Amino acid sequence: MWQFFHKLGSPKWFYGIATRLMPWLLVAGVLLLLAGIVWGLAFAPKDYLQGNSYRIIFIHVPTAFLAQSVYIMMAVAAVVTLVWRMKLADVFVKAVAPVGLVLTFLALFTGAVWGKPTWGTWWIWDARLTSMLILLFLYGGVIALDRAINDEKSAARAVAVLVLVGVVNIPIIKYSVEWWNTLHQPATFKLTEKPSMPAEMWVPLLLAVLGLYLIFGWLACLRMQTEILVREQRTRWVKDLVMAGRF
Amino acid sequence: MSEPLLQAVNLQCERDERILFRDLSFSVMPGTVTRVEGPNGSGKTTLLRILAGLNDAWSGDLYWCGQPRAGQRESFLRNMLYLGHRPGIKPLLTPLENLRALMAGRRPVSDEVLSRALEGTGLAGFQKVPCRNLSAGQQRRVALARLLVADEPLWLLDEVFTAIDSDGVKAIEALLQQRAAEGGAVVVTTHHNLQLPGMQRIVLGGGQVDDE
Amino acid sequence: MTSNPVRVQPVNESIGVAAAMKAVFMRDIKVAFRQRQDLLNPLLFFVMVVTLFPLGVSPEVSFLRESGAGILWVAALLSVLLSLDHLFRHDFDDGTLEQLVLQPQPLFLLVLAKTLAHWMLTGLPLVILTPVLGVMVHQPGNSIGILCLTLLIGTPVLSLIGSIGAALTLGLRSAGVLLSLLIIPLYIPVLIFGTGTVAAASEGAPVGAYLALMGAFLVLALTLAPFASASALKISMSNS
Repeated sequence: MWQFFHKLGSPKWFYGIATRLMPWLLVAGVLLLLAGIVWGLAFAPKDYLQGNSYRIIFIHVPTAFLAQSVYIMMAVAAVVTLVWRMKLADVFVKAVAPVGLVLTFLALFTGAVWGKPTWGTWWIWDARLTSMLILLFLYGGVIALDRAINDEKSAARAVAVLVLVGVVNIPIIKYSVEWWNTLHQPATFKLTEKPSMPAEMWVPLLLAVLGLYLIFGWLACLRMQTEILVREQRTRWVKDLVMAGRF
Repeated sequence: MSEPLLQAVNLQCERDERILFRDLSFSVMPGTVTRVEGPNGSGKTTLLRILAGLNDAWSGDLYWCGQPRAGQRESFLRNMLYLGHRPGIKPLLTPLENLRALMAGRRPVSDEVLSRALEGTGLAGFQKVPCRNLSAGQQRRVALARLLVADEPLWLLDEVFTAIDSDGVKAIEALLQQRAAEGGAVVVTTHHNLQLPGMQRIVLGGGQVDDE
Repeated sequence: MTSNPVRVQPVNESIGVAAAMKAVFMRDIKVAFRQRQDLLNPLLFFVMVVTLFPLGVSPEVSFLRESGAGILWVAALLSVLLSLDHLFRHDFDDGTLEQLVLQPQPLFLLVLAKTLAHWMLTGLPLVILTPVLGVMVHQPGNSIGILCLTLLIGTPVLSLIGSIGAALTLGLRSAGVLLSLLIIPLYIPVLIFGTGTVAAASEGAPVGAYLALMGAFLVLALTLAPFASASALKISMSNS
């Protein structure tokens, strides 16, 4: 057990596994995402209320969904960093925080694009969108703190504390933003998928979500590999890798 | 042979992608003075901060009274006195108030004893003056007054002779020897050429420990 | 020359936690009163920010009546934020923070004592000043009472959450701006419930439940924030 744990923490071991895994993640991810989006955009039925404009959920929902789960994944890694001081966990947080930021931004952007035909305005202080905006701030804070601390180990641990404080706050923020929303603008149309969504709509959505997850996995591996090479540049195995021209 | 108060085994510390020291092992025995030497940037202050528990970017093992230090935070901190570069003196408070605040977290000491300690470091008559009106040397003396009332057996002193005049230096040397004679132990980093009989030296930048 | 031999003392030979917390608290209060200008600055800032709204948006009674509570809450939040940079900075610079970390008592309790002192010196004066400013932005008497109550419960939460940011950014360049970036998103729930409670009260709705919820925020912040701040302080200390 301990040996396995130790191995899991070894950047070299991870580097090798990631290299083998990445092509599969990318191919499967792109296929699933394409299938979901093409199905969703071209073949799924029209929404009886919103017509064709609802189709942007096939992009909006996966990005929003992933943006939130990336933060949760970072929180899990943060616990590992603080408790076991595993190098790979810091590498993960550092590598995926900007990805989370971009996903959040995409979710906001597609939300705005969706808002234009639905509400007639680019931005509305809808509970969902506002929560996403705050999530964007949380990601921004994590990245800013990481950049501000020079020492790698201190940065990793400080960021881990911040991520954990953030993850405790996320449900509180969501709940309070929802309450605030009902207080200020009761009964507006919400960006929530209806539970009664027909299978022709949610199956492609599910495919797109899965595909985006896999692509995220590929991107995370790629960025982690880059970060590992930078951190381990003085070690034997990285030097050998560079000499062999295989990276 | 008694047990070492503090024992370091294979300490290694890396800072800003540079290894400051590795495989550093030594024991701090009761009744000894240890001097950490080395050129600027060799990690003297870092080593002392690691020993004090302020810096935790190190690997290796540290033992306090024979047991791993990690599980004994309270006992270790109760019995260790650390004085850093920054003396821990609030410029807006008077020497007496500063000393009182510093001791308040450790054990109750009467004002009378604290006053006497301040007089002992040559601050008689300055007890009621805010520390910002004192010179750098005088401010350090306020911090050093803690040594006169300390019951902690282990002292970790960083650059303790900085800004102190030659009489003061002699007094501090005497104090270090006295603490060792009483069965305590002192670890100092200094650029001052401290020579005490039986002093242990840790030379950084090479990583050896010699006994004189 | 040799006096009594010194020995490793058992832990119970040290001072109690409550006494140590009191000492930390009293020292911060005392230092603050030696430098009274620093105490006044966040208050002046509070008043000035509130003044900007009638000047910058509208002095109309109807606008101010509707937005007054929000304006006061935002201004209070910003002035707490402004004062947070001082929470650990001076102690860090003069070395007292090192000595605090090395006290044998649990660090999170000492941090809690410092945070309480910070609230007494910044949050509480803001609450005391609120009725005057509330009248200036045309809040009805009932709203002013609720507003003060929400600020009384809310400002300690601001200090507690803020202490985490102050500890994380300790010793960094441009720590002030960074601190705001990290902390403002975490302040949003308190702001929402603080102003929401006043809005509900002005519509005549019962606010007991909302106040209880804010109380729950306070309890949560009291129990979790000192731990986070203490571990952040140790990390920042290790980095210096």
